Amino acid sequence: MAVGAWLPPVELTASGRAALLPGEVERLFLSSVDIEAEENTTLTPLRSGLLALTSHRLIWINDAARLARSVPLSSIIHTFPPKKSIKNMFASPRVRIQVSANVDGKVVGGSGATSLVITIVMRGSKNDTESFYGKLWEVLKSKSWEVEEVKEKENAGDMRASVAGEASGRARVAVVGVAGILRKEQEMWESTDKSLQDAFQDLNALMGKAKEMVALADKMRQKLLSGSAAHTNDEEMGSKQEMQDWLLSVGIISPVTKESAGALYHQQLSRQLADFVTLPLEKAGGMIALIDVYCLFNRARGTELISPEDLLQACVLWEKYEVPVMLRKFDSGLMVIQSKDQSDAEVFARITSLAEKPDALKMGISPSDAALTLGIAPALAKEHMLNAESKGLLCRDVSPDGFRFYANLFREFEPRDIYLVKDHGLYQAWISAASAVST
Amino acid sequence: MQKLGDFRVPNFFNYPPYFTLQPIRETREKQVQLWKELILDYCRSQKVFIIGLEEEFPLFSNPAIQRSLSHESREVFLSALVSEGRAEWIDKNHRKCLVLWLRIQDWADHLINFVRENGLEDSVMTVEDIRSGIESRGTELAGIDRGVLIRALKLLEQKGKAAIFKGSSTDDEGVKFNV
Repeated sequence: MAVGAWLPPVELTASGRAALLPGEVERLFLSSVDIEAEENTTLTPLRSGLLALTSHRLIWINDAARLARSVPLSSIIHTFPPKKSIKNMFASPRVRIQVSANVDGKVVGGSGATSLVITIVMRGSKNDTESFYGKLWEVLKSKSWEVEEVKEKENAGDMRASVAGEASGRARVAVVGVAGILRKEQEMWESTDKSLQDAFQDLNALMGKAKEMVALADKMRQKLLSGSAAHTNDEEMGSKQEMQDWLLSVGIISPVTKESAGALYHQQLSRQLADFVTLPLEKAGGMIALIDVYCLFNRARGTELISPEDLLQACVLWEKYEVPVMLRKFDSGLMVIQSKDQSDAEVFARITSLAEKPDALKMGISPSDAALTLGIAPALAKEHMLNAESKGLLCRDVSPDGFRFYANLFREFEPRDIYLVKDHGLYQAWISAASAVST
Repeated sequence: MQKLGDFRVPNFFNYPPYFTLQPIRETREKQVQLWKELILDYCRSQKVFIIGLEEEFPLFSNPAIQRSLSHESREVFLSALVSEGRAEWIDKNHRKCLVLWLRIQDWADHLINFVRENGLEDSVMTVEDIRSGIESRGTELAGIDRGVLIRALKLLEQKGKAAIFKGSSTDDEGVKFNV
């Protein structure tokens, strides 16, 4: 039997963070934690992992083995307050909870036929049972997982109702035909408008609404996604794509904060960042300037802003983990985040093909031209071009008009016969491009 | 085809990076090589012996593409010729450069051919006659730089093929060939 199979498994992201459920927020991290089942020694204990307390679960992650298990908070029946006694002063601090389990002794979430007592042993030196117990108690009281469940049920109900409605016509007023659609749109618009108004009344309300807004954005995105399959109109697709991009960048639901992660702050931040940058990296073609990431990341974090130093430290920590991205520093000092599978060769190929277009052959390309075409920052484009130059792919032209790069034709020129032009080469292509009258 | 006076310039003369000193070694080596060839070709066809770095020189700028060589690059290209023995700095400050599109030895060979073709063996000529006389008209020797000519003659003298007589002024330095 796999280690800890008595607890539900947890999916991990590429950077080794737990994949969170919709609406799930991390509240506290503890390092070097064991989870043991008391009274039942047949259940193998989980040894030395990272414990994350979220609004929905207790998640235990062993990084080395890439193994993660969770205890759904919904299955917790009772928590035993930490005892203070002389005996406990010398043992590792521990918190005990009673959880319900099914007949096989497996914890599955919700109430079950039997129950077992789990001991959470904190071996880390900085762990504090009091604050963990307090946070756990707080989270249990708020019962956020129930809210999500109810919402899900509602959604499912809606879906079923609308499917049924299409088939047989429903009892509710005017849901059929154009009037129905308009009415529905109006209703949705009004409720959206209301939540927007509420949200901006004051900052506290905004904080409260933030989660709702993110959920709304996510819902809209889902809707757009489901719609796009049916319509293939290009323009519509374009605007939808744009809308989707906006919605995608709305936010990170559970930002890692100093408060929740404590000593593990940078480590967790680093992993969250690694997960976060995958999407913008893909859009930017595999490389993105650190400054851009800083803006995107902080925007996604909403009110939990991080400092540039924290961001840099998070990036530096990537060297220690198995993450698909890396920090790269160019000779000029420019720092970028690059996905590991992006190779320089690919970038060179794109730049070369750009430089060999007739216009570029004639006029050369400036870093800002290249930035526009390649969809990257000008500083980054210049680094790429300087790299391509050092590989002999490009050469430079410095004039009062500025700094431009040209496809390197020097290789095509023949010093022994300076008038020689080969029939089918880049040299010939350049001559015809340069002699063409620009329109 | 574009021309500088009656000199036909190669196509790459209109390639803007040709006028910017390339920083990458391999590219620069090729660029320097191309400039060396072009400078020698041009000087030979236009009978230019001296290039002043601070003066206008038609080859070093291309108004058609609004590019010209910087002082640094001029010095780099000419220095490359100097290191090959195809040019010499006339002054210490590298402001003037003597371009030897023919080496001194080649000039000496030309002189001997010239003497043979014109039947001037055992006869006496002035240096000025060789540069601008009727016999030299239409040959490479016409308009040859005086310094270069004297050096070629001295080379022949060393080999015992000519003797230079000192006159009272530079104008009447005389040469007796003994081919």
